[in-house]
Amino acid sequence: MSDLVIDTRGLRKWFGPTLAVADLSLSVCAGEIFGFLGPNGAGKTTSVKMLLSLVHPDGGNGRVLGQPLGDRLTRARVGFLPEHFRFHDCLTARELLRFHGRLYGLSGSDLDMRIDRLLARVDLLEAADRPVRGYSKGMMQRTGLAQALLNDPVLVFLDEPTSGLDPLGRLLVRDIISDLRDRGTTVFLNSHLLGEVEATCDRVAFVKQGRTIHEMVLGQSVGFVDLEIRVSPLDACLLEGLSAFGSAISQSTADIVRMRVESEATLPALTRWLVERGANVYGLQPRRKSLEEWFVEVMGDDQRPG
Amino acid sequence: MQSILAMAQLTLYEARRRRIVTAAVVCAAAFLAVYAAGLFFIHREQLREGRPLFQQQAAMSVLTIVGLYAANFLSVLFAVLLPVDTLSGEIDSGVMQTVASKPIRRADVVIGKWFGHALIVMGYVLVLTLGVMIVVRLIAGTVAVRPLEGLPLMLLEIVLLMTVSIAGGTRLSTVTNGVMALGFYGIAFVGGWIEQIGGFAGSQAAKTVGIVASLISPADALWRLASYQVQPESLRNFGAAVFATSSVPTTLMVWWAAGFTVVTLIFAVRSFSTRQL
Repeated sequence: MSDLVIDTRGLRKWFGPTLAVADLSLSVCAGEIFGFLGPNGAGKTTSVKMLLSLVHPDGGNGRVLGQPLGDRLTRARVGFLPEHFRFHDCLTARELLRFHGRLYGLSGSDLDMRIDRLLARVDLLEAADRPVRGYSKGMMQRTGLAQALLNDPVLVFLDEPTSGLDPLGRLLVRDIISDLRDRGTTVFLNSHLLGEVEATCDRVAFVKQGRTIHEMVLGQSVGFVDLEIRVSPLDACLLEGLSAFGSAISQSTADIVRMRVESEATLPALTRWLVERGANVYGLQPRRKSLEEWFVEVMGDDQRPG
Repeated sequence: MQSILAMAQLTLYEARRRRIVTAAVVCAAAFLAVYAAGLFFIHREQLREGRPLFQQQAAMSVLTIVGLYAANFLSVLFAVLLPVDTLSGEIDSGVMQTVASKPIRRADVVIGKWFGHALIVMGYVLVLTLGVMIVVRLIAGTVAVRPLEGLPLMLLEIVLLMTVSIAGGTRLSTVTNGVMALGFYGIAFVGGWIEQIGGFAGSQAAKTVGIVASLISPADALWRLASYQVQPESLRNFGAAVFATSSVPTTLMVWWAAGFTVVTLIFAVRSFSTRQL
């Protein structure tokens, strides 16, 4: 987890008078599942395109897999599923993958074996010889996913990989990302589905108006625990007593109080105190802040739906 | 090289799968059928009237060139329209993102597509030209016109227009590109007429305007040189309007057109290489 596979400093991109990306400074380590989050129009897709040399940055610099942006041979070790995966739809999935495989410089039985393995992995083996134009949206997305993994990449960019997928399809994608993690592949994930990101990513960066404004490791202690306690009788005396254990105490209903304690180690003493005091404890629930709550907090009040 | 080949093969494959080849063959067959029917009735009429042989020959030669003229015009439209969306369409739809993010040069995409389309449009010109020759041979026997002598020039003309259409697609949307590419041929077409009429009228200024138009858009000059080369000496002095040869482009124009094609292809490669996808 030490080598940087993506390292950018101050990447900037203008489209005419519009500044799409103002300052993209990112570091992604090898083997990381990295979530890139932000509202619509925040510059996420443009950022990915700059990293893939589809769009040329107007400023800043960056390296992908240790090579400067734009290095052609580096792309042989990179996979990419665009946000709206479109393709030559007169081809069958197998023909399409063979074409993309050839662009990676693959051929012969090695390519055919990879195609069969990937078609099976994305559950498309049975439909593989039908023209793609007859596919459902989910099948197209899964074809795109197989295309992104054809070259056994060390770094994969997945731009909204679960868009258009039903719950089973989403589970499949989550499963594939988990496989990639096991193989040490770095995944750069753009997604609006924060639940998906929370379930799969090791670390996330928040981007707003073309700037990375916050980064955080998921599942890591944030230095406090929010608690929700259902207890009765809930009176002023009890509330005062609770202040010895933590802070930010607030009563939300007649029998529910919320507070913040330093760590989970505080919970046994707190419970004991409540019981010894004669209070009836119906529930004591540590609450972790969801990624969605983080998102809203980080993005601030000025953010409007995109 | 493998990626160029892959792009070229995909182009050929797509043309077949999207039934473009079928449509082209059906149109070519319809054109040849109409042409054959017309030629047959005219020839029969001439025989019935007992026209002298040299008159029959002259009429059949003129009709052969009319056939070639129509074949050339159909090929021009085919060469402009076939590749008109090959780059712009794939850029707009996003197909190009997965292609260009592979470890290939952008130039490979353009050159591969250029090769694939060149094979198709040249095949179309060959089918139509050979079709005209076969129809004439079957109906009228031997005529003095030599279509094969003009064929290389017709092929260059078609490849030039196809290259312009591909180059436009690197920057323009599909419809705009189609309008521009046909307009480009329009300049050549009008320029050719002005040069011919200027030649008949003895106006050097009009001829110069036509030549300048041909330098800007050399496609039609190639056809005029081709039509001159296929004609027998007797017909060259006959001066029928459509394939008139009062002002014949020089070989320099051929080199100009070849250079024009190469430069346009280089422009297409450079333009696509810097295009934001």
